[in-house]
Amino acid sequence: MESLLPERQFSQKWHIKGLLTVVLVILILFGSGQMTGVSTDFSWDQFWQILIKMTQPDWSYVSAIVTPILETIQMALVGTLLGTIIAVPFSLLAARNIMKNAVARGVIRFFLNLVRALPDLLLAALFVAIVGIGPMAGVGALTVFSFGMISKLFYEAIETIDDGPIEALTAAGANSIQTIVFAVVPQVFNQFLSYFLYTLEINVRASTVLGYLGAGGVGLYLSQTLSLFRYDRTAIVILAILVVVIIVDGISNRLREALA
Amino acid sequence: MASQTGTIQVKDVSKVYPNGTVGLDHINLDITSGEFVVIVGLSGAGKSTLLRAINRLHDVTAGEILLDGADITKAKGSQLRVLRRNIAMIFQNFNLVKRASVARNVLAGRVGYYSTFKSTFGLFSKADKEKAAENLNKVNMLDKYYTRADELSGGQQQRVAIARAMMQSPTVVLADEPIASLDPKTTKMVMDDLQHLNRDLGMTVVVNLHSVPLAMAYATRIVGLRAGKLVYDKPIAEVNEHDFDGIYAEAGDKE
Repeated sequence: MESLLPERQFSQKWHIKGLLTVVLVILILFGSGQMTGVSTDFSWDQFWQILIKMTQPDWSYVSAIVTPILETIQMALVGTLLGTIIAVPFSLLAARNIMKNAVARGVIRFFLNLVRALPDLLLAALFVAIVGIGPMAGVGALTVFSFGMISKLFYEAIETIDDGPIEALTAAGANSIQTIVFAVVPQVFNQFLSYFLYTLEINVRASTVLGYLGAGGVGLYLSQTLSLFRYDRTAIVILAILVVVIIVDGISNRLREALA
Repeated sequence: MASQTGTIQVKDVSKVYPNGTVGLDHINLDITSGEFVVIVGLSGAGKSTLLRAINRLHDVTAGEILLDGADITKAKGSQLRVLRRNIAMIFQNFNLVKRASVARNVLAGRVGYYSTFKSTFGLFSKADKEKAAENLNKVNMLDKYYTRADELSGGQQQRVAIARAMMQSPTVVLADEPIASLDPKTTKMVMDDLQHLNRDLGMTVVVNLHSVPLAMAYATRIVGLRAGKLVYDKPIAEVNEHDFDGIYAEAGDKE
């Protein structure tokens, strides 16, 4: 019987494009592995040794770790909060529907891109050099880091709002700040909160390693125990970080679901 | 709300969009205090453009628009905001803040009378809160005072928008196809609300409509636009059903 189905082209029938892409990606993976020397010197002995030591955690170390891990959380909180506060005006100035002047918007966005180009570890190193070793450096690094991230998330949220209320407020004789307060903020407030929590989540994770560079928090203990080969204690630090991250994730997910 | 104010004089106004489309073509229109003017015409005839030029949501390319003698096309800053404050606008899509309460939406209509500081922190006077309740009562929406706007039906939202418009204590009310997305029953309620603003509160009302029967039922004067030109302008007493054939003449040919 004649089929009514239209004939597919040869390339469509055998998914040539898809197959070629997969082959290409595999080739690139192998190629870059070869070039960067991924396969060299992996010591299974060393690996097992560390793993075995880590499976016998030194539980007495927990009490020593409580204070620094609290400091880590505090750093993340303060840093995220400061970054968010600074990000709000910048995100308004970077949003297409609020800032009509394309040149000014371009300048602001360029600046934000610059800030975002700095990785958190580099920021931590910079702040350690500026304010010295201690949690203040961590707070500074996290402030700048969350500022860059949040301002982008915020201005993209602002650009998705319904412009109708803005028009209505303009028509009612409101000035630009009143328009923002009455027509923009209520539309984005929940999204803002949700992004704040998301960034806090990321910052808690990030701040655990900032201590490596002397920027305060539990990261210092991570590097100390590692360099003393006390893997039983490293295990405790990692477990503590895990617990904190899971708790913060859980709280933030709950809150964000409630906000959505 | 003295009935001597609320005049609109549109003098030789043209609007050409940046892409070359002519929105308005030498429009002259003199609206006196207390009129209920309905503007009819095909989609794209320039009805919205004209309405939005009156409160300057759109800039015009030429001509002037006087509101009680003050030219809004050249007004700046606070002068422009004060002129806008006297002109309330009602939109096809209601343009309420859906996540905010009815009360806050209605009070937003009053911000033109407040300083940035006071309005930012929601420091509305007791009198204005009373006024908000009173205006919501007029459109039978007082029981929804604390309800979030997105929980209301389309017709209810439009009535809240009318209450918001009343908060401005305007002399002129512009309505851009206020009933285009409403069912017949709520259409009547909304049109009656507009009539109330006109008859009982003495506001000048200018409405864009598609429906000729509604225009005939509510207007004191009907204005027709076609392709950006003013092609028809008569008080309701002289309006004849067949007149509309001219305004909508090209409906069959073009669409």
